[in-house]
Amino acid sequence: MTIEIGHFSLILASALALVSAFGGLVLWRRGERLAAILAQSALLQFLLVGIAFAALVQAFVVSDFSLALAANNSHSLKPLIYKISGVWGNHEGSLVLWILILVLFGALVAAFGRRLPDDLFNLVQGTQSLLVAAFGAFTLFTSNPFERLTQPPLEGADLNPVLQDIGLAIHPPLLYAGYVGFSICFSFAIAALVSGRIDQAWARWVRPWTMLSWIFLTLGIAMGSYWAYYELGWGGWWFWDPVENASFMPWLAGTALLHSALVMEKRNALKIWTIFLSIITFSLSLLGTFLVRSGVLTSVHTFASDPTRGLVILTMLAVLIGGAFLLFAMRASALRQGGLFAPISREGALILNNLFLATAIGAILVGTLYPLLLDALVGTSISVGAPFFDLTFGALMAPLLLVLPFGPLLPWKRADLVAAGQRLMGAAALAVFLTILISALGGISISLAPVGLLLGFWVLFGSFAEIIERARIGRIPARESVRRLMGLPRSIWATALGHMGLGLTVLGIVSVTAWETELVTTLNPGESAELAGYEITFEDFAQVPGPNYMADTGIFAVTAPGGQVAHLHAERRSYVASGMPTTEAAIETYGLSQLYLQLGEPLADTHVLRVWHKPYILLIWIGTLVMSGAGVLSLTDRRLRFGAPKQARRHSIEAAE
Amino acid sequence: MSMSGAVRRKGWSRKQKRLAIIAGLGLVLALAAALVLTALRDQIVFFYSPTEIAARGVEPGQSIRLGGLVKEGSWTREGQENTFIVTDGASEITAQYRGILPDLFREGQGVVAEGAIGPDGGFTASNVLAKHDENYLPREVVDALKAQGEWRPEGDPS
Repeated sequence: MTIEIGHFSLILASALALVSAFGGLVLWRRGERLAAILAQSALLQFLLVGIAFAALVQAFVVSDFSLALAANNSHSLKPLIYKISGVWGNHEGSLVLWILILVLFGALVAAFGRRLPDDLFNLVQGTQSLLVAAFGAFTLFTSNPFERLTQPPLEGADLNPVLQDIGLAIHPPLLYAGYVGFSICFSFAIAALVSGRIDQAWARWVRPWTMLSWIFLTLGIAMGSYWAYYELGWGGWWFWDPVENASFMPWLAGTALLHSALVMEKRNALKIWTIFLSIITFSLSLLGTFLVRSGVLTSVHTFASDPTRGLVILTMLAVLIGGAFLLFAMRASALRQGGLFAPISREGALILNNLFLATAIGAILVGTLYPLLLDALVGTSISVGAPFFDLTFGALMAPLLLVLPFGPLLPWKRADLVAAGQRLMGAAALAVFLTILISALGGISISLAPVGLLLGFWVLFGSFAEIIERARIGRIPARESVRRLMGLPRSIWATALGHMGLGLTVLGIVSVTAWETELVTTLNPGESAELAGYEITFEDFAQVPGPNYMADTGIFAVTAPGGQVAHLHAERRSYVASGMPTTEAAIETYGLSQLYLQLGEPLADTHVLRVWHKPYILLIWIGTLVMSGAGVLSLTDRRLRFGAPKQARRHSIEAAE
Repeated sequence: MSMSGAVRRKGWSRKQKRLAIIAGLGLVLALAAALVLTALRDQIVFFYSPTEIAARGVEPGQSIRLGGLVKEGSWTREGQENTFIVTDGASEITAQYRGILPDLFREGQGVVAEGAIGPDGGFTASNVLAKHDENYLPREVVDALKAQGEWRPEGDPS
């Protein structure tokens, strides 16, 4: 019964959204009264989709296998958390989660966006509802998650064992929150194009939503990367797989949007470009969610897909994205550009940022779609792998990282490069010194490693130049500097912290790429091997039963160069229901570095063991956490931007406490 | 600052500024396009089935992707050295891989291996691609099998 209630709720939500879409997009001039209705509708849509989602969760939790979705993807022996996360571990369920987040953002705008002008609010809610109606209908007609089985099986087919992991519980919701959050930017862009209202205020309203989505997407991608790293058992953290690219492109676009919206907000320039980026970012998010499901791209992430569904998805994407760009083409020329500036200025630096990010998106898009295109046109099967992306993306990011520390130091309108350069001398000297030191100590394993290190340290130290400058550290008494530091707006700290996070991630990537060591060997219990100063002893081999699997467990004692001993368990699991094997790598963390153990299939008494030493690999993810933290910090600064001096003073006192 | 500022005020008209920016953008885009095209020429990896290798021949040492089914009864392992035969029904090729094969590597199942043909005509894989799911067969492998009339939709190699 609950399942039918869920089904009915989703139908109702989609119908309601369709009405809202009509109201918002056609009658948007009706002002406040319509706005009040649309706000109610947005909240109601959230409630209804919430009920639909809860019905699915309930069926999974109580193992109601009369629900086809649960029968295909769940198992009564599964731990509770995997029963819940199993709801979105499949195509149909993940769509419902997608829509849930879509309506959540609509409801958030309804709850917190009442300061928006009514016209804009109506159009934003209208566009958002149109998306809900479109994807709701798609779910109901082609991928109904509420389908019942007339003869329910006694036991479910179980969720793909690789997905039975805490990663699935966290990664997709975060990622979807990021993807779908950009729908708000999209809706705002459509609203701006339709109403013709596009000014600095628009950028101020859009930026927090962009920031929020960007934070989620950053965390989602980082989480996915770490999950792939420890769960798939091949020790890699980024594969340039089409799905990864599909999530990375909206991230790059969102990053560009954050920066261009800043120019628009502060200087009323780059309006057309910012609108364009808002549309592009969400279009790439849609591509990210759905291109893979349409079955046209092969990826390790593939959900089982059928061609008819793929056709519907592609048509829908074409109509939505095409429609948005058509509107853009028709209306963009009517928007007035403003704000003149010299090439060397804050604006100029931010344009450079956007240029490199946009070009990088282009390169990744080409690499991802080129095999498809070639196959369709010439019929040759090729794959564009990591070397292509490493080369093009690396070459495009290097100049971006090089100019990045200059950006925050340049004043708006017109700036002096030499003056900014002088303030960065300290950071540059420190970066060069550390790079030489590390290269001398660690040896240069690949020729580009010093360049990468240099760029990483440069960004890391250069990020602080603005703060040091503003607090006049070293030029006035320390106590006075500290007082100034406390008084700095949070947005300044957020900028520095965000860039610092990027520097950390770059350093982690360079370190692992250049100094990772690997060992493949055959071991019997009792024997030892050595890698990077770590001694690995194969202590014992045992068969251990888990809740819904059997595990061949290798127990290893690892002696670190410092002498401390850790016991690691590397497993090969065989799942009861599906018979599928998985590898559970054993990972031990030493500071920021990790030792990664993978156990191979046994042959007679010997076992193949693969061991990696990954120096400073954790910096990659710590950097992303710092970036997300910077985003949160910037969000708390929001009211400062409305420029009320009284609030600002209170704010700085708070910060000092 | 004051000097360069003065020069700029005198020398750079509004039009020239815009032109400078557009020229800069154009230059970066042109360089990026050249980079992407070069990389596409040099860094792409072609996909071959054993039949295509037999028919057309592949330069030894050239990096390729080999796809097909792992022949039943062909997988042997000695220490960390794996040897198996990749077949598409019509032709087959012996592949070697050092290391741990992915969980779903099975005889009779589809496989995609990255590597190069050696001078002896054998294939040395540097990477055997893992899969998330036993039903998942790379599209290229499906196409290659279909071309050889070996395709069975349920992936059941009887």
